[in-house]
Amino acid sequence: MTPLLAVEDLVKHFPAGGGLFGRHARQVHAVCGVSFEVGRGETLGIVGESGCGKSTTARLVLGLMPATSGTARFDDVDVLTAKPKALRALRRRLQMVAQDPYASLDPQMTVGASIAEPLRIHGLYRKGGKDRVRELMTLVELDPDHVTRYPHQFSGGQRQRVGIARALALQPELLVLDEPISSLDVSIQAGVINLLADLQERLGVAYVFIAHDLSVIRLISHKVVVMYLGKVVESGLRDDVFDRPSHPYTQALLSAMPSANPVAERARARILLPGDVPSPLDPPSGCRFRTRCWKAQDVCAVEEPALVDRGQGHPVACHFAEAAPQVSGLADPARQDAPDLPNAAGLPFAP
Amino acid sequence: MTPVLEIAGLEVTFPTQEGPVAAVRGVDLTLEARKVLGVVGESGSGKTVTMLATLGLLPAGAEVSGSVKYRGRELVGLAPRELRKLRGAAVAMIFQDPKTSLNPVQPIGHQIVEGIRIHHPDVGRKEAAKRAVELLALVGIPQPDRRARDYPHQFSGGMCQRAMIAMAVANDPDVLIADEPTTALDVTIQAQILDLLRDIREEKGVAIVLISHDLGVVAGLADDVAVMYAGRVVEKGSVDAVYTQARHPYTRGLLASVPRLTDTRHGPLQSIGGGAPSLLHLPGGCAFHPRCPHARPNCQVDDPRLRPVAGVEAACHYAEELGPVASK
Repeated sequence: MTPLLAVEDLVKHFPAGGGLFGRHARQVHAVCGVSFEVGRGETLGIVGESGCGKSTTARLVLGLMPATSGTARFDDVDVLTAKPKALRALRRRLQMVAQDPYASLDPQMTVGASIAEPLRIHGLYRKGGKDRVRELMTLVELDPDHVTRYPHQFSGGQRQRVGIARALALQPELLVLDEPISSLDVSIQAGVINLLADLQERLGVAYVFIAHDLSVIRLISHKVVVMYLGKVVESGLRDDVFDRPSHPYTQALLSAMPSANPVAERARARILLPGDVPSPLDPPSGCRFRTRCWKAQDVCAVEEPALVDRGQGHPVACHFAEAAPQVSGLADPARQDAPDLPNAAGLPFAP
Repeated sequence: MTPVLEIAGLEVTFPTQEGPVAAVRGVDLTLEARKVLGVVGESGSGKTVTMLATLGLLPAGAEVSGSVKYRGRELVGLAPRELRKLRGAAVAMIFQDPKTSLNPVQPIGHQIVEGIRIHHPDVGRKEAAKRAVELLALVGIPQPDRRARDYPHQFSGGMCQRAMIAMAVANDPDVLIADEPTTALDVTIQAQILDLLRDIREEKGVAIVLISHDLGVVAGLADDVAVMYAGRVVEKGSVDAVYTQARHPYTRGLLASVPRLTDTRHGPLQSIGGGAPSLLHLPGGCAFHPRCPHARPNCQVDDPRLRPVAGVEAACHYAEELGPVASK
């Protein structure tokens, strides 16, 4: 079966000022050769820290900015080269939910009008639009009698539900969600995650779900892509990536996630990465992660590791990829086939 | 053991156009020397306002009553002059967004020097500058002598937070109040900063109040934890007790609604229905009752107070009936 969305070798460089008329402009290497596929009705989780290019990837896939190179085929139409008219038609099937529901809703419009807007734009409001808006509000578990209220009268979680209702108005096949819950309070997040899972089951909509929180990604994704400084460092089925994280960065990310278990938190060994993410203006040669990696050797500075399966059962972009199921310190202790973490290699472990 | 910070019956009310808003409604907290107290709660629960009131940093209109004692000395109603002597010396604070907390037009080192010399005018400029470099080294800034001359925009978010911590510990405080110190940072940088706070606590013996919405952040660092909801502490106790034997329905709901890395099920998460109440129109009785799965008619009338229940303190009429909860 052909995937719903097939992204191949996506590249985006931004000019970063410097020089008159940009003649000596430097380039921000935001997204560098990213590839992934999303099937119908499934969720692809993209995880990474700020500056890893996950939001830029989302915007490119939505056709919201031109790419430097690469393709993003949505049902065999390349979003990146589609003519405006074709792109408009695609947008009915491809919608997004933004991070901050307060900033993405017009404060002067009632939520009903906000949800109805996509219907109006696509000429679908006249016939039964009013009922459709009420239906959508019910779908996202809001009171349909609140259509005449304004965004400020809703809480953060409710506003995000309005954002989701608006995105679903045109019955899209794919929803791109960029950090949809990170601005919400903990007790509210769970409700929105549950809603998204439920909607997928009922409507068969596929998600590209972007987050920095690995536990949320694990809960909601079928497939996972881990990004670092514009590149995919590891990808695969959810359980493959979480049970056998094989790229040092994925291992460090998993290890850095605090868990709400005081005993385990105090006991476990943490992988502490030194320093910061390097500037995307001047990414390191070879492997981009090598400047913070405890496994780095000379070859890492010279040769860029390809994203291929190196015997871990899923693609990993590391010359020294090695599955480490006990990284989080919380994994199933029954698994004895786990290789030990390489603490002999100068890894700064915290007690 | 004598507590370094003792907050008792603290109330803070802000006048607004729509009427007075009670942001903190009778909070009791105790911070023991060299301990870490985690304060957990969602936005608007009053955790930051409590700490700002402690330091006398609230805007002029705010009405503060109750008592805040630092080593037995009352801080509420203390003259601004006296408070200034304490702030940044005995009690220091770091904030969520380090970039906006630093002065953008002064070199980092200079800002640390200023902090030292305000409280110790006898320390010479040169000596203070030397001390600033030592502090930057202490918090793990590479090439501290060179980086001391950098401006905040030349520092990453994580490094700015390190600089803030250097500034906070410059005068060897007894108490460090850290308000969401890692919320604006990435996960791997968050791990670095939490590790640094752990080291600072060991090395300097400073007691820390760690404010966070993240139960995971608090779990790894705190000795004791207080859970706040709508301006009140609804549960407190040792971290181990609260995380494994929570007796307040809100704490239990919070703990259950956090997705865990070890969760492999694809089932729904538990969530708390509804949203935090408006502080302008607080529900009668227990402020949590409209969202509480265990609420009974008297919860709408009787306001539960914090009381000891099997290893923790919880503000719920039915805490005993809820029984202990096994942590996942």
